[in-house]
Amino acid sequence: MTEIPPSISGGCRSAPVLKQRGQREVFCGLTGIIWLHRKMQDAFFLVVGSRTCAHLLQSAAGVMIFAEPRFGTAILEESDLAGLNDAHAELDREVATLLARRPDIRQLFLVGSCPSEVIKLDLNRAAERLTQEYAPKVRVLEYSGSGIETTFTQGEDACLAAMVPVLPRTEARNLVVVGALPDVVEDQMLSLIDGLGIDTVHVLPSRTIDSDIAVGPNTVFALTQPFLGDTHAALVRRGARHIAAPFPMGEEGTTEWLAALAAEFELDDATFEAVTEAPRRRARQAVAKAAETLNGKSVFFFPDSQLEIPLARFLTRECGMTALEVGSPYIHDTIHGPDLDLLPAGPQISEGQDVDLQLDRCRAAQPDLTVCGLGLANPLEAEGLSTKWAIELVFTPVHFYEQAGDLASLFARPLRRKSILGVAAE
Amino acid sequence: MKLTVWTYEGPPHVGAMRVATGMKGLHYVLHAPQGDTYADLLFTMIERRDHRPPVTYTTFQARDLGADTAGLFKDACQDAYDRFKPEAIIVGASCTAELIQDDPGGLAETMGLDIPVIPLELPSYQRKENFGADETFFQIVKHLAKPMEKTVRFSCNIIGPTALGFRHRDDVQEITNLLFELGIEVNVTGPMGATPSDIAKMGQAHFNVLLYPETGEMAARYCEKEFGQPYTKVVPIGVAATHDFIDEVRALSGSIVQLDSDRLRQTWWSRSVDSTYLTGKRVFIFGDGTHVKAAARVARDEMGFKVVGIGCYNREFARDIRALAKDYGVEALITDDYLLVEKTIEDLQPEMILGTQMERHIGKRLGIPCAVISAPVHVQDFPARYSPQMGFEGANVLFDTWIHPLVMGLEEHLLHMFRDDFEFNDAAGPSHHGGAVQHDKPKPEAPAADNVIWLSDAERELKKIPFFVRGKARRNTEFYAAEKGVAEISVDTLYEAKAHFAR
Repeated sequence: MTEIPPSISGGCRSAPVLKQRGQREVFCGLTGIIWLHRKMQDAFFLVVGSRTCAHLLQSAAGVMIFAEPRFGTAILEESDLAGLNDAHAELDREVATLLARRPDIRQLFLVGSCPSEVIKLDLNRAAERLTQEYAPKVRVLEYSGSGIETTFTQGEDACLAAMVPVLPRTEARNLVVVGALPDVVEDQMLSLIDGLGIDTVHVLPSRTIDSDIAVGPNTVFALTQPFLGDTHAALVRRGARHIAAPFPMGEEGTTEWLAALAAEFELDDATFEAVTEAPRRRARQAVAKAAETLNGKSVFFFPDSQLEIPLARFLTRECGMTALEVGSPYIHDTIHGPDLDLLPAGPQISEGQDVDLQLDRCRAAQPDLTVCGLGLANPLEAEGLSTKWAIELVFTPVHFYEQAGDLASLFARPLRRKSILGVAAE
Repeated sequence: MKLTVWTYEGPPHVGAMRVATGMKGLHYVLHAPQGDTYADLLFTMIERRDHRPPVTYTTFQARDLGADTAGLFKDACQDAYDRFKPEAIIVGASCTAELIQDDPGGLAETMGLDIPVIPLELPSYQRKENFGADETFFQIVKHLAKPMEKTVRFSCNIIGPTALGFRHRDDVQEITNLLFELGIEVNVTGPMGATPSDIAKMGQAHFNVLLYPETGEMAARYCEKEFGQPYTKVVPIGVAATHDFIDEVRALSGSIVQLDSDRLRQTWWSRSVDSTYLTGKRVFIFGDGTHVKAAARVARDEMGFKVVGIGCYNREFARDIRALAKDYGVEALITDDYLLVEKTIEDLQPEMILGTQMERHIGKRLGIPCAVISAPVHVQDFPARYSPQMGFEGANVLFDTWIHPLVMGLEEHLLHMFRDDFEFNDAAGPSHHGGAVQHDKPKPEAPAADNVIWLSDAERELKKIPFFVRGKARRNTEFYAAEKGVAEISVDTLYEAKAHFAR
């Protein structure tokens, strides 16, 4: 296989984790809908929530809202709060209207929100009832994207975890790759896996409901995204086995990820080298260009998407940066462990957030680059810190070899811009 | 329940955030679940503020629900007080916290903080953003402002501008300058820019200037009752409205200072011959009540447009807009459902839309020029340059903004003369928009009315009509055909209809 560079002075897997509770400056899981509805072409996401939920989706979706999106909010009104019984009738009516207007919809997700969870609206039963009503044409599933239960990308996790129990059963040995990736990246990934000689591969989520994805006791699965804890558990419950690996970001991460698959399927080294050699070279070249700007610079991660740990691993090992603090909304040892092993010891690993205390630490550390959400980015810029807003890392193709250079550029760009505009880098 | 994709207004606590963020030295402690902090980025991104909004969220999670959310709220309050040392705090609940009934007001009052604590009751499931701003500012004024000796020099307060307000920054500057020219001092401008101690001094002004009824009317009424301060009723958007506003201010203040309106160019621009082509252009106007009222007057009386429809999304102004619609002989559309707005625009086929960010997109889809006159707006409508809507400079800005999307007069004539010119036709789009408009998707031309068939030569003839009136021509022709019981539309039918509807 490939030579893993030995990690410098041990990794971070056993490093003490700073856990703080307090105000959290994060998105709720509803935001996952923004990219999930683009990925699943026959799905509609119906949030049952308040005007706040609709407003959030609108703010996060930016201009997408005008492209006839396949999502919406059934806004709870006073009459819905007064008595629960007619809430189901109301929901049935809205769903009927919706499906009449959009006959192309094959999967409907009822998405729970804080208000619907607090009033204990039983969306699970509603989903079962509606599935019976609209079967076989439409399948109705339910998950919660509420802020009280989910943070940002966990919305995707909750959605995929809701799909796992209804996947058909198979006895066949197959590979399921889990995580919504941009189509272009997914195609590259499938072509690499195909090149290695693994023949039965499925992707969750699939682009339409008609895919032949199935799961069973001989299924192995790999994750392309680090925020899929519940989906991981749901697949294990179906008898599938997880292939642990670092996440496929950067040249090293992608190679390690593919190597783990190759080891699982006992593929020969020669094929592995032949398939990966050229794209590895390209990725290293592309990263080297952006890394000129990043080399020797320090980086501080506010928690956002759970991508922070693999990204910190990529920036430190492949771009020559030093991580000062790596904050993640949640750390899941099974899933984040392989990346933590590779992350050079040194940075403060933190889980959760008390945003004001974390801002104090960030100001004290004066990092060259701060990765944070849009609520903090401009205020920190105004204080003289350079920022990279984190959401872009979820919305932009960043995985696998061909995107490694783009990924490094995302971090290099704010620093390059600062020097172009002649802002003192202090 | 109501299925919603796009909402013109956020929930009421966002209105309260707009007040808090506009002010200084005030902090908002909001009982809200994790995730509601998304609203911060409206201020840091769309308005490009360089500070975080002064809002502390309790960010409770599921595991807190069975336990002590009330304790969480008190801790958040104490932390905010210790860290930010505000002069006053406002406390309230978001839609989810409203359901768990912790009573933020009561909790905060028991803490014995040595600053004013102002509780907010914002019913999230009945009201919206503008109400939230209006009510919040009213509560702040009610709690902090005291009757006072009037200032020696004649002064007024400016009421209504908030954070995230459409052009509030420059409107305030324009009107402040205008008042200074009239010899009137501005005592306090609020909420935007004011501290709680400024608010305490509001009572010493002689009268109030209410710039935005949506976000300041309750406070203005309260001040009228409590401090004997009359307030202005005219919103100075447009030339005539600005003059009426000046008359109103003169009546309230006795000022007789002559004003210099040298910088007002809109009047001459509108009279100059190139503007002749604007006469009778059919406009549809939608937005918040205040901006719609003002825009209708400017459109009809100062630009020479024909107003073919008006409407607003904030039901607080439904009565005003209905009365105004009667004046203009049109139907008022009071709705917060953008699909209904879209349908109305499609039916009316105006040549121009004056609306919000949403109407801009509707216009794009229907191929109708649009200018933005009202919130909700996107980042491009928080410009770096000075661009008020109010006063004389505001009138100049309005003229430029509204004219820009239209094909220039001369170009319109040339398009008529050389309809089928090989490189100068409507498929290329107006030349001042860089031409070469991508027409990869045909515009969704409305389907023909039932049982009416367009003959192919008539369809070809229709294509020769400039794009900005083609939709109207198609609709008129079909309407005419239906009325006459004609089943097939020929070239003759097209021209019969043209004669019938000739303006």
